[in-house]
Amino acid sequence: MNAHSTTGVADSRPSRTMPSASMSPRTSRSPTPALELCGLSKTFTLGGGLFRRGRALGAVSDVSLRIPRGQVMGLVGESGCGKSTLAKMLLGLTTPSEGDVLVDGRPLRGASQKALARRIQPIFQDPYSSLNPRKRIAQIVGLPLQVHGIGTSREQAARVAETLDVVGLPRRAADQFPGQLSGGQRQRVAIARALIMRPDIVICDEPTSALDVSVQAQILNLLLDLKAEFGLTYLFISHDLAVVEHLVDRVAVMYLGRIVEEGTREQIFAAPRHPYTRALLDSALTPEPGLGVPDIGLGDTMPDPSDPPAGCAFHPRCPKAQAICRQQRPRLEAFRDDSTRVACHLA
Amino acid sequence: MPLLNVNNLRVDLPVEAGMLHAVRGIDFHVERGEMLCLVGESGCGKSMTSLALMGLLPRKARLSADRLEFDGTDLTTLSERRRSDLRGARMAMIFQEPMTALNPAYTLGNQLCEGLIRHRGVSRREARERAIYLLGRVGISAAKDRLDQYPHQLSGGLRQRVMIAMALMCEPDLIIADEPTTALDVTIQAQILRLLRELQREFGTAVIFITHDLGVVARIADRVAVMYAGEVIESAPTPALYAAPGHPYTRGLLSCIPTPGRTPPGSRLQAIPGVVPSLVGDVEGCAFRNRCPQAQPTCERTPPLMSLPGDHRARCHYADRPVPAPRQPETMS
Repeated sequence: MNAHSTTGVADSRPSRTMPSASMSPRTSRSPTPALELCGLSKTFTLGGGLFRRGRALGAVSDVSLRIPRGQVMGLVGESGCGKSTLAKMLLGLTTPSEGDVLVDGRPLRGASQKALARRIQPIFQDPYSSLNPRKRIAQIVGLPLQVHGIGTSREQAARVAETLDVVGLPRRAADQFPGQLSGGQRQRVAIARALIMRPDIVICDEPTSALDVSVQAQILNLLLDLKAEFGLTYLFISHDLAVVEHLVDRVAVMYLGRIVEEGTREQIFAAPRHPYTRALLDSALTPEPGLGVPDIGLGDTMPDPSDPPAGCAFHPRCPKAQAICRQQRPRLEAFRDDSTRVACHLA
Repeated sequence: MPLLNVNNLRVDLPVEAGMLHAVRGIDFHVERGEMLCLVGESGCGKSMTSLALMGLLPRKARLSADRLEFDGTDLTTLSERRRSDLRGARMAMIFQEPMTALNPAYTLGNQLCEGLIRHRGVSRREARERAIYLLGRVGISAAKDRLDQYPHQLSGGLRQRVMIAMALMCEPDLIIADEPTTALDVTIQAQILRLLRELQREFGTAVIFITHDLGVVARIADRVAVMYAGEVIESAPTPALYAAPGHPYTRGLLSCIPTPGRTPPGSRLQAIPGVVPSLVGDVEGCAFRNRCPQAQPTCERTPPLMSLPGDHRARCHYADRPVPAPRQPETMS
């Protein structure tokens, strides 16, 4: 099924064979999730030398997630929690130390970067540094087509123009340089570049954090429209909980490289079970005057990722920590029904 | 008499394309001990305003004002030397990114004490004692050992706490905080804001808090001034601004943010179409009219600052009366 046929322009893909056997055409309406992460870990080595063993830093540890087709999974957590490392592994920009990423049930491992790029595309945070300032917009958006050798130059130009329409950019933007566009327009360019390969999965890494609020709303509306039109699956990484609540179907909360809670939007926002999720929600300052700034009761002794605390990594900041939390690491376990998982001894 | 009184403040910057009118005649005041939030989006002139107040504008910038008074002293005619006596001692600043505001080559103790020694002529030992006291007050443990540390040895949250302690060293009357929590994680932001509010009340310090985040403003401000395209387009006590925003831009900003309980998840957000006008050259009429959902032919004339009940002002022809007939907004570009 090609969800993009609605755009009415011939897709050149059917005429070409898929470059890698591991990336076979997907079956429609299969219960297989669009994207599945199985025990994904990434360990970096710090300060090693020729004769000296470096210290291991577990940036991402044993992350398992399933994102059904057409859904949005929100990934929240503070800086250094491993969100971006996770995104890089999904994009093939860094190799997992352990575990697998499955796209439509097929492992990503061994798939070529090119094959991967057809299925998963990124939108990054900063549209100022993610676009080449010396290239015209048409070149930036059309580059993936050239790299993959899709279509004649005339067909490529047509697809660029069509994609600019889809993201709400005026046609004249094609001949402009990134420096001539506003922040919101640049982020539209980044979205157009991601969509031109007609991917199924888009990794949005803080896509609106660098934008003004009035522009942020435009981009969020666009992301929702595109998802509905093309049946896209998003992994939406953000620190802005109001935005996450607005956009996602499910939420995963990360702390120090691990998922500490994962569940439906309703459950996470209405009845969070992990004290860290609770603290994150309390810290979100909604525009309600008179409420003041809540005392979230956390210390700000951020743990050292290369020397994580024993037991539950959150225990030094947790207002409810008990003896067991200092000794034993809680496992991420399904809570009652299978729809929610939480890693807390006290949940 | 207000602590700070600003009348018709203008900041112009020569740029390649001509003259950039970064701040276009703004009026506001700050009472002793109050928290005034200056809110607006990038390029609205809020940071230029703060630099103008501190006397830290770029050299080529031109400043003019009918009145720019701090505790009865005219800042526009002050010599650089007197200005520098004021800075740090009676007006202090907290910047967005503490890593760039702190000198990486000096210990925290050095940087904390420098102002107090320079302005108050106290001994190094006395200064160190006050630094240790204040580091404790901003929630930094083992304050004594921290004095010998360098900025890079601290996390972002701790660095911002140090900046707050540094701003308080000379017990200034006014602190200007320019997006002090924007670079921080949300849990740290909440803690820093709580701390700043607490200390501000305890020391009776007036604070001008500059931010783009209307969530933060709602929770900490006594009064709010909303800036757009180099002008203050609305000012009001915080509850009044949120209950009944008088300017269409303020209303637009408030409806842009997804608010749990008010915005159904997945629904379309009300975006403000279009972009901010260029401030190079003259801006005719209402600067917001090309993005305004209710713009009228009248709006081609510069709107006056209309007074609304309860110390509430808005720069809109229709702030106090209904708009004749709504017009469709232009499509977004």
